[in-house]
Amino acid sequence: MINHCDAQYRSDMTSHTARFFTSLAAAFIGLSAQAANLTVSAASSLTNALRDIAPLFEAAHPGTQLQLNFGASGALLQQIAKGAPADVFASADQETMNQAQAKGLIKTGQRRNFVSNALVVIVPNRASVAPGALSDLIKPAFARIAIGLPASVPVGRYSRDVLEAAKLWGAIEPKTIGANSVRQALDYVARAEVDAGFVYATDAALMASKVKVAFSVPTAQSIRYPVAPLTGAPNADAATKFVDFLFTPPAQSVLAKYGFGKP
Amino acid sequence: MDAAWIALTLSLKVAGWATAINLLLGVGVGYALARWRFPGRDLVDAVLTLPMVMPPTVLGYYLLVVIGSQGVVGAWLLEHFGIRLIFTWQAAVIAATIVSFPLVFKAARAAFETVDPQLEEAARTLGIRELAVFFRVSLPLAWRGILAGLLLAFARALGEFGATLMVAGSIAGKTQTLSIAVYEAVQAGQDDTANFLVAITSITCIAVLLSAGRLVPGRVLTRG
Repeated sequence: MINHCDAQYRSDMTSHTARFFTSLAAAFIGLSAQAANLTVSAASSLTNALRDIAPLFEAAHPGTQLQLNFGASGALLQQIAKGAPADVFASADQETMNQAQAKGLIKTGQRRNFVSNALVVIVPNRASVAPGALSDLIKPAFARIAIGLPASVPVGRYSRDVLEAAKLWGAIEPKTIGANSVRQALDYVARAEVDAGFVYATDAALMASKVKVAFSVPTAQSIRYPVAPLTGAPNADAATKFVDFLFTPPAQSVLAKYGFGKP
Repeated sequence: MDAAWIALTLSLKVAGWATAINLLLGVGVGYALARWRFPGRDLVDAVLTLPMVMPPTVLGYYLLVVIGSQGVVGAWLLEHFGIRLIFTWQAAVIAATIVSFPLVFKAARAAFETVDPQLEEAARTLGIRELAVFFRVSLPLAWRGILAGLLLAFARALGEFGATLMVAGSIAGKTQTLSIAVYEAVQAGQDDTANFLVAITSITCIAVLLSAGRLVPGRVLTRG
């Protein structure tokens, strides 16, 4: 009798345990399988503008939920190349998008430039000296200069290219502090941990209370941001709609508000 | 692949310094908490354990606020000594020290608590001074547990990433430790470099664990 009860108890426990783990597994899988999500991987400098555009897009396309993933364009490309389930890619430079295109990651026919930006040198607001030109940056007063890491951050490549063209890269490179994204470079300057930094005009405008623009840097190629739906997009239909949406007046006016120029 | 060796050397240097500092701080604090009864002892223990459970980003932010050039300590250092800690390897040491501190002081406290107070009393009745009681009775008896904590702390310091990246940045040859170098390589799509760095890291960790086994024979790692 006792043995019987014991066996009964044990089989009850087993089925309870099985049910518990089944529901746990279901919950876990359910989390990752929400339909109608649209994932946009975008350059860090687009953070504020795209966060404002997201509710506009969702209102225009009910049922689609936008997930925004920001980072350095190069880092985003690596995520996508390794199979991240993104639908749209917006890069801060042509080179990163060209690499995505060469790897067959984007729908080439739908690649378009949607905004332009400008490179600026900024200094902390409280700085006593500000450089007037690139050549001033070699002075000892500018001991630390924040720059995006050229290997993965487009703004870093633009900055390196202009410094190389001015034959200053050799003198300035040892003083550079590499940042993982343009926003990190901006943060270093805002905290006055560096004496100057290279960022986009749109980033500098966001932190006007902490940083000031010393001068703008003309780039050999104009800085234009390309966007394209991805070939592996789980939500291809919405991806195309989102790219189209970026060219509509409501989206373009948000981008203009943050200082982005026409492509 | 010279850069990888430089990163490895830097990682070992940072972890070594962090462990050495924790040897002093962790053993001292562990002993104090094991021997002194005072109100709020549990609270102090909890606060000191925080670095182990808090996200490294939170810790990194706290550090930026404190030792950054506009922070309380950072501003003072800059004004009086002209020292800027952020983006130096010393900042990496500070981050690694704080992150691995709980591992040492927790192990030290537990080890000192297992030391029979009667042995210390016996030493005192023999007329040995308080400091000598610590170094000749308490510390030798607690040593194995402390060593286990130190080895774990060294391993943790070697792998520190989040807080280090925030306060020391990623300057090749200066503050770019192994774990940060791996991150950079993956971000930039340099898979060859990443593979090499990951292999070095794995081998280093195995070497640390094996020498830990040599250094501390027996079941010390599970006793800690």
